Parts: sequence; structure tokens; C-alpha cells
Amino acid sequence: MTATSRAVRTDLTTLDVATLQQSLAAGEVSAVEVTRAHLDRIAADDGRLGSYLHVDPEAALASAAEVDRVRSAGGELGPLAGVPIALKDVVVTEGVPTTSGSKILDGWRPPYDATVAARLKAAGTVLLGKTNMDEFAMGSSTENSAYRATRNPWDLDRIPGGSSGGSSAAVAGHLAPWAIGTDTGGSIRQPAALTGLVGHKPTYGGVSRYGLIAFSSSLDQAGPMARTVLDAALLHEAIGGHDPRDSTSIDAPVPGLVAAARDGARGDLSGLKVGVVTELGGEGHREGYGAGVLERVAEAVALLTELGAAVRPVSCPSFDLALAAYYLIAPSEASSNLARFDGVRFGLRVGDDGSHDLDEVMALTREQGFGAEVKRRIILGTYALSSGYYEAYYGQAQKVRTLITREFSAAYADVDVLVSPTSPTVAWPIGARVDDPIAMYAADLCTLPASLAGVPAISVPCGLSEGLPVGLQVMAPALADDRCYRVAAALEAAQDAARGHRLLDELSTAAGAA
Amino acid sequence: MSNLSRTDVEHLARLARLAVTDEELDVFAGQLDVVLDAVARVGEAAAADVPPTSHVVPLTNVFRPDVVTPSLPRDQVLAGAPAAEDDRFRVPRILQEEA
Repeated sequence: MTATSRAVRTDLTTLDVATLQQSLAAGEVSAVEVTRAHLDRIAADDGRLGSYLHVDPEAALASAAEVDRVRSAGGELGPLAGVPIALKDVVVTEGVPTTSGSKILDGWRPPYDATVAARLKAAGTVLLGKTNMDEFAMGSSTENSAYRATRNPWDLDRIPGGSSGGSSAAVAGHLAPWAIGTDTGGSIRQPAALTGLVGHKPTYGGVSRYGLIAFSSSLDQAGPMARTVLDAALLHEAIGGHDPRDSTSIDAPVPGLVAAARDGARGDLSGLKVGVVTELGGEGHREGYGAGVLERVAEAVALLTELGAAVRPVSCPSFDLALAAYYLIAPSEASSNLARFDGVRFGLRVGDDGSHDLDEVMALTREQGFGAEVKRRIILGTYALSSGYYEAYYGQAQKVRTLITREFSAAYADVDVLVSPTSPTVAWPIGARVDDPIAMYAADLCTLPASLAGVPAISVPCGLSEGLPVGLQVMAPALADDRCYRVAAALEAAQDAARGHRLLDELSTAAGAA
Repeated sequence: MSNLSRTDVEHLARLARLAVTDEELDVFAGQLDVVLDAVARVGEAAAADVPPTSHVVPLTNVFRPDVVTPSLPRDQVLAGAPAAEDDRFRVPRILQEEA
């Protein structure tokens, strides 16, 4: 390959998808060129970043070549034809290895596609690969992956967030133009915040869960991770909407998210009422929050006022109990969901040598196949659901969930959106919290209330602290995802204009990216 | 406050079909005790009259037409199994042999 062609290909990995999509449709660039540019970047950088668990260059190039063939023949193509994408490894993909970050599924090739994967395939996207994650999405740093550590492109000694940390590192590091993540307690929003990306957790039921390997079924949602608000909206529209295969998916039209992002980018928020949640980093609730994080968030809130929004503090006292409620509800549901990994129908089986009965084979398989955090949560969930403790733990947590949901409803009677930091801190050093589950769980402090209430929430970059990205979280009422995109786009446009470039452009000068 | 003893964790692991090691029991018992203290804070909520939320979308029964659609091909499903025999999942002995 010549030096010139290499330069062109590098540029292709820095384009936002909205631009890429136009170039592809106009025939200015081929799907194979775009795909190869990303594969080159993966080959060059993923040894350091560790964002992917599985990449199949031949398959990716073949599906890109098919897009180019159909386009040159004048055939019909999906709206995202030729745009590469990465999927978190919790998304089941037909014939493509899917592990959910666990050894218990090592080598498994699913016999079907998740609805999210099928819709992206139908839209014409090219699957680059499957991204790393905390095992079964249990974690906030991706260090619980059974396979490899993933590093933050802003500082290779720091975590990329989690559990969708492979997706965040890949997109921020330009190893994919965008990616799918899943969010149970913050696993899209927190890694997006910690890597300078936009990440959106849709309204619960807004995106089909069919084919997502279940962690906590009443909380799990798939959603977009992208470099711009507009790209996130494009991806959300491609995967969203009712699916008869998921009975909990909402049978209502997806609001116009791309239109909302375009509208927001015009920068006029007059008439919008914004509530700043006191319990999430406000007066009297600042312990554990980084000073720089709170400064950037305060500046972003001030910017919303400049754009015409009316801002006021809002108190939601029960949010203080969200962490406790979440770490009972999610492990309880997980202890039930993960019973399916029994060494019978798929994945690992240990001890099947004639000397152990079925029960023993199950116990040995699960012992060897699951990592420490998964075992901790299964044991905790088993305890919380056991007779004698059920009411005090799981039952009480469900009541707290009701209180949190009511406080959201009460707040939305007065304001259109609620804002807070996405993460109390910037990305922390690899290893710093691995032996302290409580410190790890505290990373989800700000994202948990929206998860428990099932309301949509987006994280949008709002500057750097200590040279590392900070995210602002914008939460809206159920089914009003468009408000998240509108506010995030307004903030993004105003910040980009003030800065003169995108925040991610500063990544090339950050220490880790050299 | 100690909530979870090493013996409790051992019992729970057995219920959950996890053949945990002695070393794991030592580590988990301490960690889970701390976690349990933290999550016990849900008890602080005055929620006696509050109904529980198991699910945030207000759905009761979801119906669809009873239409037969093709299932996954048997061979494709068995291809992912740890052991298969005679077109079925093969599992280890379930019942103990008679003495």
C-alpha cells in the first residue's frame, strides 16, 4: 500500500457516520475502502487498546464488497449500507462467536441473530467485530472480562468504563465509527462519558431485548455509542421500535430522534425547563465526586441557560437509595437468568467423565466458567431472594424502585429534562478498584436512578478534567428520548463552536494516543 | 455488623450450583458482608404502604396470533451443545445407581 492511500484511509476512520453515509451513497468512497480503513486501524492499534474480542476481516470485507456490488448494479440498499459497526459481545450474532465476556460461552457460535443485529444487517451495516465487556455486563471498568483488559484511548493506563468498555474504546480510538452497547445500570452512559463519546440508554422497552444475553431483564437496554449526537440518533432509529419477539418492547412509534438532534443543533433551547438533580452531585451530595467533574457539569448547565433554557434545582431524595436498590434487584434477576448456563445446551461443560452426576457437573462447570464478580452477584442474588430475607431485601428494593419512579414523575411535572454528571469521577487507573466491589459499584451512582425508573438518559461530553473526558447526563420522561437528543445536540453544537473543534479531536494530542 | 458468615456463603453457593473453593469462600464472605451492609440501606425507606415495582412498563398480558413459525434447525442447535447423541442433548447421569 502506498503512503497516499494510507493517509486517505486514516481519514476515513475519523469521519462521523452522517458524513460517511453521504460519501458512501454518493459513491465517493466504497464500502470496502471504509471497512479496510477500520480493519487497518484495528490491526495497528487493538493490540494496545484491547477493544475487540472477535474480528473477522474476511467476513467484513466480503459483506462490504457485496454492498459495493449491489450499489454499482443500481440495486436497492439499506439506509446504512456500507457503514461499519461494532457490536458489544452480549449481542447474539448468527455464526459469529458470542461470549458475553465469559469463559462459559467460549467458542459458542449462536444459531440466530438478535433483533438489534438483524436490523443493523438489514440496514446494510458491515459488522467489524464483537467488543470486549465485563463478564455478563457486570462491572463498570471492563476489567471483569474473562479475556482481556481494555484500555482508555485517552490514557492507556486507565479503564475505558464499563461494562460496554470495548465499544467505548473502539469508537473513541477510531477502531469503529460507532458501536452498540447495552445499559443495565449505566453500562452505555458511563463508558461513553469516560471516553468522550455520546451514549444513550433508550426508554426501557424502546429497543428489543431479543437476542441480548440477559443480565437483569427488567433493566437491560441496548443503545447507541457514537462520536456525535446526530450519529447516536441515526443508530438509535435503526435499532429501535416494537419487536413481536420481545413482549416487553413498547408498541409505539419511535419519536423522531434524528430530527430532534438536528433541531437541537440549531442551539435554541428557549422554553425548555431543566432540573438539576440535587442528590447527584449537588449541595450536600458531593462526597465522592471529582471537583473537576462538578466544574465541567456546572459550566454545561450554565451553557444551557445561555441557550435559553430555564434551569432550577430539583430534589429527588430517594435517589440516595438507588445504589442499594439496584445492587439487590440486578443480582437477584441475574441469579435467575444465569441459571441457564448449566453446561447442558451450550458452552462449557466440566467434569463429564463418568465420575460426576448432573448436579456436580453443573456446579463444576459454573465454578470454572464464571469469574469472581459473576459468582459474587449470583450468591448475593440467591441470598436476597431466599425465604426469610426476600421481604427485607428484594421486596424492599422493589418498593424503593417505586419511590424513585414516583420522584421522576413528580419532577417531570415541573421540568422537561433532568441533568446530572454521568459519572462521579473521570476514568480511574486500571486495577484501582478491582478488590473493592463497593468502590466499583459507586461508579454507577448517577446512572442508576434512570435505569430503575426505565426512563431514557443520554451522556454527552462536556469537557475535560485532568485531561480526561467528563459527561453530562440528560434524563427525560419515558418515551421522550427525543428530548435527550435535542438537549445533547444543543450542548454539543455550542461547545464545539466555542472550542473551535470537537472534543475528540483533542485525543490525538492526549498522552495515551501518541 | 456481620450478616453473612462463611457457612452462609457456602450454603448459598451450593444452592446456586457453584462449586466454590475454600479460597473463594474466604474472599467472598468478607466482600459480600460489606456489600450486604451497603444494600441493607433500602430498609431506610419509609415504604410500608408503597407497592413494589418489578417492571417499569405497565403491561399485563401480551397476546399475538397463534401462528406456527419455523423453529431453529435441530442440527444447528445441537452444534452448540457440549455433548449430543441421537439428535438429543446428552447429559451426565441424573439418578444414582442402586446400591
